[in-house]
Amino acid sequence: MPKKMLQGCRAIAEMVTLCRPKVVSAYPITPQTIIVEELAQIVANGDLSAEFVNVEGEHSAASLVLGASATGVRVFTATSSQGLLLMGEVVFNIAGMRLPVVMVNANRSVSAPLNIWNDQQDSMIMRDSGWIQFYAENNQEACDLILQAYRIAEDHRVMLPVMVCADGFVLPHAYENVDMPSQEDVDAFLPPFESMYRLDPDSPLTMGAFAEPDKYMETRYMIQRALEGAVPIIEDVARDFTKTFNRTSYGLFEEYRMDDAATVVVVLGSMAGTVKEVVDELRAQGQKVGLLRLITYRPLPVEALYRALSNAEDIVVMEKALSLGSSGPLATDLRAIFQSRPANPRISGFVIGLGGRDVTINDISDSISKAHQQVVETDFVALRDDMELEGINA
Amino acid sequence: MPKVKERDKSCDHLFASGHTACPGCGQSLAVRLVLRAAGRNVIVVNSTGCLEIFSSKYGESSWEVPYIHSLFENIAAVASGVESALKATGRLDDVRVIAMGGDGATADIGFGAISGMMERGHDVLYVCYDNEAYMNTGIQRSGCTPHYARTTTSPPGKASLGNWRPKKDLPQIILAHGVPYVATATVGYYADLDKKVKRALSIRGPKYIQVHVPCPLGWGSDSSRTIELAKIAANSGLFPLYEVDHGELKVRRFGKKIPVEEYLNMQVRFRHLFGKDGARAEVHEIQAVADANIEKYGLMAK
Ligand SMILES: Cc1ncc(C[n+]2csc(CCOP(=O)(O)OP(=O)(O)O)c2C)c(N)n1
Ligand SMILES: [Mg+2]
Repeated sequence: MPKKMLQGCRAIAEMVTLCRPKVVSAYPITPQTIIVEELAQIVANGDLSAEFVNVEGEHSAASLVLGASATGVRVFTATSSQGLLLMGEVVFNIAGMRLPVVMVNANRSVSAPLNIWNDQQDSMIMRDSGWIQFYAENNQEACDLILQAYRIAEDHRVMLPVMVCADGFVLPHAYENVDMPSQEDVDAFLPPFESMYRLDPDSPLTMGAFAEPDKYMETRYMIQRALEGAVPIIEDVARDFTKTFNRTSYGLFEEYRMDDAATVVVVLGSMAGTVKEVVDELRAQGQKVGLLRLITYRPLPVEALYRALSNAEDIVVMEKALSLGSSGPLATDLRAIFQSRPANPRISGFVIGLGGRDVTINDISDSISKAHQQVVETDFVALRDDMELEGINA
Repeated sequence: MPKVKERDKSCDHLFASGHTACPGCGQSLAVRLVLRAAGRNVIVVNSTGCLEIFSSKYGESSWEVPYIHSLFENIAAVASGVESALKATGRLDDVRVIAMGGDGATADIGFGAISGMMERGHDVLYVCYDNEAYMNTGIQRSGCTPHYARTTTSPPGKASLGNWRPKKDLPQIILAHGVPYVATATVGYYADLDKKVKRALSIRGPKYIQVHVPCPLGWGSDSSRTIELAKIAANSGLFPLYEVDHGELKVRRFGKKIPVEEYLNMQVRFRHLFGKDGARAEVHEIQAVADANIEKYGLMAK
């Protein structure tokens, strides 16, 4: 297929269209809005045969696709930041009900203060919800992950929702050359949705039953098992994708110049592009630095990560999120992996680029040097030095 | 007696017995009547609340029709999604979608979603079971709690006479969305309820029925007098029974007006309105509300 120069939002909307959802519902919020507008237009043009439902808020957008998914059709929604938080209750509910909803989250900071720019605090809040979470580096990957997301979510061994995270503005608003597969190839890769259970008067089911203490824990155990079991399925689907579309899809994570790397930077999402430049520069200076770009954050591919990282001396986690009062969530996760295993790399955590602050080459290389000097628990990269930062600054 | 098989085929027991509702629960009776009127080709979407809890415990569901419970405040949106999916797959001609919510789910926390569903025109019948408080969580005040009623969050005391605001007029608010059919009904008059459900389901587009359902536990009423109490509520004018069918108002009239005092006296939640010296002035205020309803809707048979 020839590549097309497309805005990220348009590319995402075109890929969603190729996946043939039957019900689409979303509520506008920067920087996701254009995805919704594009889909509205595509449906209005008759190029996608689906119900496009304008709802009165994100809680209802998520609820609406929940209801449609429970009725046995493929669905799509998209949101960001405040919208994802407003959906929060439904996000957990969708996973608990084992519905294969696919959502794109255009990552944006969380208010207050109000800020519409990119970081990943919003989706991190949902990491414990039972959704599979993918983080894309660029628009091509965001599109490729959407297609794979449906196949994984609807796999009868999984039956869990998938959130494809795309860094706000950096991806959705950027123009990029994107390779859009043909409808034929997509149809071959993604068969029609065959629900395992659906609301149907011909065979009545009770969905969303309540569970007493004698049953609830088992539902959580089953989601946990399904997520663990999803790891090899995600790898399989990525392999099949790579074969079918002749374009590499990494599945769990991408390893960049990792052979013999003594220092490994670990990131999620679009920041990887800048990190790759730093890695190249440092390699040119003879430093053994590599990058591990995690794509599948949930389920956390614990064993694969351990294998990939166990030869490193220094792991430098750079993340656009923070569990306020604790550390960066990704750093915490990686520390937990090594806690109970023999390899013992030094793990440093850096919080970077919150609220859309630029992530520069210098920020990254400075952080690496800092980590080489001593282990860093949680460091805020590139804080201003002209503001009073202690106490409440009114 | 019909044979078991034949009975099963009828729609009498689409809401099976054996659930855990309290004795005399008006809501459980109303649900059975609504389903009997609606038949098997429905999908029910139910909010968190008493009904969900007493009917849908895992492994012990009372629902003989497809049923989904998601959350407390989102049934209008979930039902919109079910309807959209049916529409997208060409099944909407065969299946009716019924959302069932408590008064709290409807008047308060889910209000925005209901307004959205009505305004968007989804082909859904929304049934609100109005027991006039959040019963599932232990009788807290809702927007549908009547004036001066005792609930656990509107308790009478030295500085209070119970709920400080009159009942929210939900049917009229829904009607303002321009929907084709809005009705009030009561578990006290099952033939009337039956007729309204059937009428509603014969109309395409958004429909709303608010069913008055006494709650012996929450109201402090005799569990053997639920139906009687429901009838008295209607025949006092406090819960007017009417339908607005494509703009045309039809009213269920009564010949003899029952004084509200009789209704209030049957319920512990109004007991503080009666002292050693009889009814307090507030009882007259409540009578005035009933009289205003009688006047507004023309509830007295001529
Ligand atoms: C978001 C949210 N808030 C609060 C609750 C707690 N809650 C569950 S049911 C309920 C009250 C239900 O009242 P109503 O809708 O009138 O139904 P009823 O139980 O009276 O039939 C409340 C407050 C909840 N489940 N979810
Ligand atoms: Mg109630």
